[in-house]
Amino acid sequence: MKFLQKSWYKLLAVLIVGYTLIYGLLIDLPNDVGILDETIRNLFYHVPMWFGMILILLAAWINSILYLGKPNTKRDIYASELTNAGILMGFCGLFTGMFWAYNTWGTAWTNDPKLNGVAAGMAMYGGYWLLQRSVADAEKRARLAAVYNVFVFPLFIALIVIMPKLAQSSIHPGSGESVNFKTYNSSNNMEMVFYPAVIGWCLLFVWIAELRTRTRLLEIHQEHEENSTHHIVS
Amino acid sequence: MKKTALIILFLSAILQASAQGSESLFRSSGKIYVVVGIIAIIFLMIALYLYRLDRKISALEKKKK
Repeated sequence: MKFLQKSWYKLLAVLIVGYTLIYGLLIDLPNDVGILDETIRNLFYHVPMWFGMILILLAAWINSILYLGKPNTKRDIYASELTNAGILMGFCGLFTGMFWAYNTWGTAWTNDPKLNGVAAGMAMYGGYWLLQRSVADAEKRARLAAVYNVFVFPLFIALIVIMPKLAQSSIHPGSGESVNFKTYNSSNNMEMVFYPAVIGWCLLFVWIAELRTRTRLLEIHQEHEENSTHHIVS
Repeated sequence: MKKTALIILFLSAILQASAQGSESLFRSSGKIYVVVGIIAIIFLMIALYLYRLDRKISALEKKKK
């Protein structure tokens, strides 16, 4: 039970995601969704990946800012591992989106502003990933990565949220002239699954990021210990 | 406790959903519940696996101190 006291959000994540996985398949749908038909259920699986990714990357961004304010190894590792988890979610969103698009519009990649924005954004986070591996000195690496992350997150948001909204047309809801999901939502129970799904998946990936962070902290500790024993021997 | 809570949640979800009683094509054969059950099992396994991994890392952290 000590586990639950310390990590209640993990159980919450499992419960919420379990609920949305089941309910997402079972609830009644509005019957005016056009070509989407039953695939509108992907709102409960595909879309939370993107929303959750944005939330997790926001958390990573905050960690980076806090790191620059007061350098601390744990903050640095949290920032990078939360980013990893966020990007993993992004790829889940991307692949599910491609599969959905292929079955709805007949092509996996369209020239949609949102898709282009994501492609550019992923490349920018690729730069973050490379940066983490190209500087040998640990403290310098952490500082550079934090500065890079502080820049990259607002740009990413601009690319995937703001630019598509300004675009002339987009196949994604809420962008350009396309309709919003709100217009469809006549039966009104879709939100009951969608918002919990965002929170649940977000928490689940935070859990994964936490596990990886703890593993890396253990690794660092071990290296430290090995180095110190090495000194004694020599 | 965790497992029981999940099972109760799962059962109540199914009960409530079937109580809605819509006769859409998607659910008319009732086979969708089989798929729902399988998804629930897979997700439970993954959650359990994550939990075990968490315990393992906790044990390592304890050893460190």
